[in-house]
Amino acid sequence: MITPEINKERVMKYLQEGKRFDGRKLEEFRELTIETGISKNAEGSAKVKLGNTEVYVGVKMAVGEPYPDSPDKGNLMVTAEFLPLSSDRFESGPPQFPSIELGRVTDRVLRESHFIEFEKLCIKKGEKVWTVFVDIYTINDDGNLLDAAGIGAVAALKSAKIPFYDGKEGKIDYEKESKEKLPLSKDIPLSLTAYKMGDKIIMDPTREEEDISDARVTLGIKSGVVSSMQKGLNDKINVEDLGKIFDLLEEKSKEIVLKIEKSLK
Amino acid sequence: MTEERKNKDDGQATGSPTSSKQSNDSSTREIVIPGEVIGEGDLLPGEGTEKRDGKIVAVRYGLKESDSKLIKVIPLSGVYQPRRGNIVIGKVEMLTFNGWVIDIGIGENAFLSVAEVPRYVNKNDLGEVMDLGDMAVAKIWGINARGIDLSLKSRGLGKIEEGMIVEINPSKVPRVIGKEGSMISMIKEETDCQITVGHNGFVWIKGDEIENELLAKKAIEFIARKSFVSGLTDEVKKFFEEEKK
Repeated sequence: MITPEINKERVMKYLQEGKRFDGRKLEEFRELTIETGISKNAEGSAKVKLGNTEVYVGVKMAVGEPYPDSPDKGNLMVTAEFLPLSSDRFESGPPQFPSIELGRVTDRVLRESHFIEFEKLCIKKGEKVWTVFVDIYTINDDGNLLDAAGIGAVAALKSAKIPFYDGKEGKIDYEKESKEKLPLSKDIPLSLTAYKMGDKIIMDPTREEEDISDARVTLGIKSGVVSSMQKGLNDKINVEDLGKIFDLLEEKSKEIVLKIEKSLK
Repeated sequence: MTEERKNKDDGQATGSPTSSKQSNDSSTREIVIPGEVIGEGDLLPGEGTEKRDGKIVAVRYGLKESDSKLIKVIPLSGVYQPRRGNIVIGKVEMLTFNGWVIDIGIGENAFLSVAEVPRYVNKNDLGEVMDLGDMAVAKIWGINARGIDLSLKSRGLGKIEEGMIVEINPSKVPRVIGKEGSMISMIKEETDCQITVGHNGFVWIKGDEIENELLAKKAIEFIARKSFVSGLTDEVKKFFEEEKK
């Protein structure tokens, strides 16, 4: 059931005192754990836990034709699936708006930050290029899937290795062990989301907090540069708040990037 | 498939542990899964079981409990099974011309008729009494083919004006209430809150301070998490002592 309206009153009252129900500060994240290499068959994979929120991300690669407007560049495809087991709100069937949005937002963060060096994924110009598939699966939803998926996608790509491609036969040998890493930029992009509740801005909300938020903004940040953005929910965000959100998220991204780099070692 | 499990505590509604030395047999509970044959012969199928071709089969996942006549399954998880007389907490989903449709957290919605509200209701403006999204405590007074009928005609029922709603698994509700309400009265005493536990797994907490409400919430979640532990009452006492430090 969607969090009832009367809980909102309590959460807001507590926020005014600068406190949250689980004892965190307004901008504090829950405990973040990242585990890579969870899937044997994927080229790269990661499991991300943010408190009770849990997301699996897998990277798979295949050889395909390039798009006509980028004959010498590889392709990227990001899809997200909200598994019914992760929440009683998700039903199986055709993808609903939230899961499409999650895939699009994560796609844009990776693409616009030029994280993957697509030029290096070209096998033969105009004919054969690598396609990178990033698949996001939610395992448990306790709010803030957007950030968890973004962190997971980055971690999975970081751990990904290009499978062996036999140019003569035109076949990929997935069995053969490969050491070639996916060509990525040195800096890590991140998608981070700020939620607005009344006049307060919080980060990493639980399911309950996310339900009663008025508005949210997701930024794709790579080494201090914002390259993508997504606004969600119904309320407006004014210019001053947006400025505050930019500063807050930039600060936060440094902290989270450090955590990711540490756990990937 | 079956797994023997030591569970010294006495299952569902009891708050106090049974002495494991005296009743060694009943302290060992078997976990059963739906479809499993759990009894044959003259036994009567109880809650969570079904008779199929003369055999008694579990229809829920839970702990098997049987005496000489009756065999039943105490569910460990799963959705709420509505019963007559249960107190439930739900959310107004829709207003119709003669009542409210209320979501009580199961697949089908329950209906609260205007006639079951013990006060004057202007039929042209039902929203005055309860509007969309409002929460209410109600009693199930009838279950029939059309659905579930709710009533507000009893003490302590009505619209929830303030406080917070906590959700737990409905199978944990008996543990939160405790033996003859012992557990819930302890939480009320320790936290100074009014607490109403709906059988459908929604708990309404109302106190003067948010801190107190949060403590009550924490305690209830603690009980739901540790519902299988023996001597839960003592554990909860310890929990409060530590929290109050």
